[in-house]
Amino acid sequence: MITTGRSRRRRQNNTVRGERLVKGKKKDANFGGFFVVMLLALTTNASGQQIGNPTTQQDVTFPRSTYAIRNAHIITVGGADIDNGTVVIRDGKIEAVGTNVNIPSSAKQIDAHGLFVYPGMMDPSTKLGLVEVGQGANGTVDTSETGELNPNAKAVIALNPHSAHIAISRVDGVTNAVSAPAGGLISGQAVLINLLGTTPSEMAIVPYAALVINYPRIAGRAGDFGGQQQPIGNLSETLATNERQVDQIRKMLRDAESYGRAQDAYAKDHSLPRPDRNVVLESLVPYVRGVQPVIFQADREAEIRGAVKFAEEMKLKPIILGGNDAWKIASLLKEKNVPVIVTGVLDLPGREDDPYDVLYENAAKLQRAGVRFCISTGDSGAHVRNLPLYAGMAAAFGLPKLEALKAVTLYPAQIMNVADRLGSVEVGKMANLVVTDGDLLEPRTHIRYLFIDGREVPLTSRHTELNEAFKNRR
Amino acid sequence: MNRLIARLLLLSTVCTLPLGATRGQKTTEQNPTETLIRNATVLTITQGTLENTDVLIRKGKIAAVGKNLKGSAGARVMDGTGKFVMPGIIDCHSHSMLDAINEGTLAVTSMAHTRDVLNPTDVDLYRELAGGVTTLNLLHGSANPIGGLNTVVKIKYGRPVAEFIFPGAMPGIKFALGENPKRSSSPNFPGVQRRYPNTRMGVEEVIRDAFTRARDYKKAWEEYRAAVGKGEKNLIPPRRDLQLEPLVEVLEGKRYVHAHCYRTDEILMLINLADEFGFKVKTFQHVLEGYKVAREIAQHGAGASIFADFWGYKIEAYDAIPYNAAILTRAGVVVSMNSDSDERARRLNIEAAKAMHYGDLSEEEALKLITINPAIQLGIQNRVGSIEVGKDADLAIWNAHPLSVYARVDTTFIDGDIFFDRQQDLARRPELAKERARLELAEPNKPPTQGAQSPQAPRRRRPTNEDDDTWEGDIDKP
Repeated sequence: MITTGRSRRRRQNNTVRGERLVKGKKKDANFGGFFVVMLLALTTNASGQQIGNPTTQQDVTFPRSTYAIRNAHIITVGGADIDNGTVVIRDGKIEAVGTNVNIPSSAKQIDAHGLFVYPGMMDPSTKLGLVEVGQGANGTVDTSETGELNPNAKAVIALNPHSAHIAISRVDGVTNAVSAPAGGLISGQAVLINLLGTTPSEMAIVPYAALVINYPRIAGRAGDFGGQQQPIGNLSETLATNERQVDQIRKMLRDAESYGRAQDAYAKDHSLPRPDRNVVLESLVPYVRGVQPVIFQADREAEIRGAVKFAEEMKLKPIILGGNDAWKIASLLKEKNVPVIVTGVLDLPGREDDPYDVLYENAAKLQRAGVRFCISTGDSGAHVRNLPLYAGMAAAFGLPKLEALKAVTLYPAQIMNVADRLGSVEVGKMANLVVTDGDLLEPRTHIRYLFIDGREVPLTSRHTELNEAFKNRR
Repeated sequence: MNRLIARLLLLSTVCTLPLGATRGQKTTEQNPTETLIRNATVLTITQGTLENTDVLIRKGKIAAVGKNLKGSAGARVMDGTGKFVMPGIIDCHSHSMLDAINEGTLAVTSMAHTRDVLNPTDVDLYRELAGGVTTLNLLHGSANPIGGLNTVVKIKYGRPVAEFIFPGAMPGIKFALGENPKRSSSPNFPGVQRRYPNTRMGVEEVIRDAFTRARDYKKAWEEYRAAVGKGEKNLIPPRRDLQLEPLVEVLEGKRYVHAHCYRTDEILMLINLADEFGFKVKTFQHVLEGYKVAREIAQHGAGASIFADFWGYKIEAYDAIPYNAAILTRAGVVVSMNSDSDERARRLNIEAAKAMHYGDLSEEEALKLITINPAIQLGIQNRVGSIEVGKDADLAIWNAHPLSVYARVDTTFIDGDIFFDRQQDLARRPELAKERARLELAEPNKPPTQGAQSPQAPRRRRPTNEDDDTWEGDIDKP
């Protein structure tokens, strides 16, 4: 009945939009999907597409061009603000920033008088492109592989560039995101993307940006709906289980170390016995050697301590994800130089006797203690566009406003090791910019222009299109 | 080492110590009969924004709004310079303080009443006060086409539960359409027959059947009363039916229908059915596709109580758009912005502000979404929802414009009494930290010793206070 329900709506959209639906990827996903598609084909004129509507979801990459954004108030984030300045974009990069810059004759000029130029925001923990509808549409969910140890599950493989979430997020100023698998103990590898592109590889800035590990938990995490944490059962049993799980992770990482050494040794000396290739262990080598970061999901104090200790033991390059209790051990995190991706700004406090603002002010406390941090929605995709409100709420509770802005621009870029390309309005960086009519973090602000990879991106999404289609129905 | 970890764990998991209750403001006796807030920006909602204005509260009511007001000698005077005063936020869809949300075993549970499961010590109430919320519409869940009865409360956290009840609020009842009442997300258990209905067709049938029975029941009573009126003796009254009585009240316009819905077809279904039986739907709740049939909703005269931008979490939420508030408002529908979540309830001001971003509602229109509009939807607009002389002194003082993301609540009043004050909250933290430390050392909270039983962490005392869509969360699993 879901099928017929959806098809009715799809027909409605289809009629309203007057667009022809294009065959979607999910058609080939599995036989069940195929069956649904066949049903759709029988009940509508449209050919089967996965949930969705036309145009913006088909996300064709737009051409690059040369632009000059003039008379703007530029919030560079990296340096001082520039009043009445110009930003020149060429070949996908920021070519010039300042009050007295050369404007190429070929540049399309944008008068930004009264407007603000910001770097695009980055949400460092999402599942963008990996899940379309979390409940009741399992065929659209590609976040969690079977089993506990899946270092070779790579988000970049399953990234759906035509997910409605992508355009919906970017038109509100989020130009970049880390999209990560979830589930199990070793969830897989995250991809760092531009929120623009026709193919996963066009979107990917760092295809294998980090390994994601769910550090064993003491209690269940709050659900997607922000529900309360699940209760802990028998504490001794839980601890024993957790220790076993850490051992599982440890063993796999050790195997990967040995694997890397064996392969290196053989590369130098072919007289040695040739070690078999193993795609799973191979994918772990850059992480166990501390070249690439490992993201540990950990919220409670004991979990964070455990993750930091484990990372030190294994000589990993850790990032804490979640970090609701991080403020309690800020000095440890500073001492070990472990950054935190704070996702819980808008979570309800985990304990009944927590101060009401304990998570609102987590980021401010980390900042004051000198811990490297950034702010994320931790959302699967649909609500990534609320990222500025997470930062804004942290600012309402003590984080200086500029720090709040950095927490969703420059800091995630630094933590994810792409600050050479992203995170601020600086010459040579990728031209991922938003032009607004006000403070980027304020909900009432409107985005006027959007650039990703030096391409001017139309401010349309599934939502603006449905709005246009229905707002004048009388 | 294990011991150390265990100790750390315990420190971090002693989560049911009865501290929550003590977090409330112990201010009952300290609350004077008069409070004067001076020189603030007052967002009256119905009479514009007044700069450099005083608000005088007397005996729980707003006594005066104007310049250079004088309080009596014992009045509490608060400096509002640089601050904003707005009416307490009204959340038209909440499940806070409900120890149970869904009586989901039957398709029609109009005999179940949320009033019977109120937990006044739910700490989320305090967190909502800290977000400037003062009134909640506590709704039954969405597990059945016709659910239980609602309760409208003022968040008088720290007071006995009887004081929470909003006097004079219109009684209401929850209806639900779409995926939830047809139980799309509930698993099949072997040997267990699924509850009817299983389709949107069945949802309509259940409601139609119930109102048909209610109409007959109403008639039976009317005939009986008419006969008694004529002086007939020895009549046997009709058997009372607690399920049908609330539906008769709906037919008589004495009880508001708050109908959870998503899709166009089900919205129109209920409008048609209500027209046929001669009652009004007071609010469509969520009504994610309301923007597609704004005209029909306006014609019926129903209100809409919606999310700002929450969407895509299930199939029937996939066509939701954040322009819903604007389109419905422009069509003449009374729109409110609700939370359906203890988390979101703490920042409904931001949710309202989103309607300025999507669809360009004015500041005043945005503020109405969380004040006077939900008041109208609950039949309490003469008591709350705006700052006007004679209305209840339910209001909050904000340190910045409440539609700004940087705004924070300083003080929340209900009936002139303070129920949240940030400075008092901060001042009490050291004392609470000491209390916690003391309790952690108490015998039952010590780490497990050899041979002793491992301490059991407490079970969740209540369901998650979101209903829709967290199906598993609402109902005790079999």
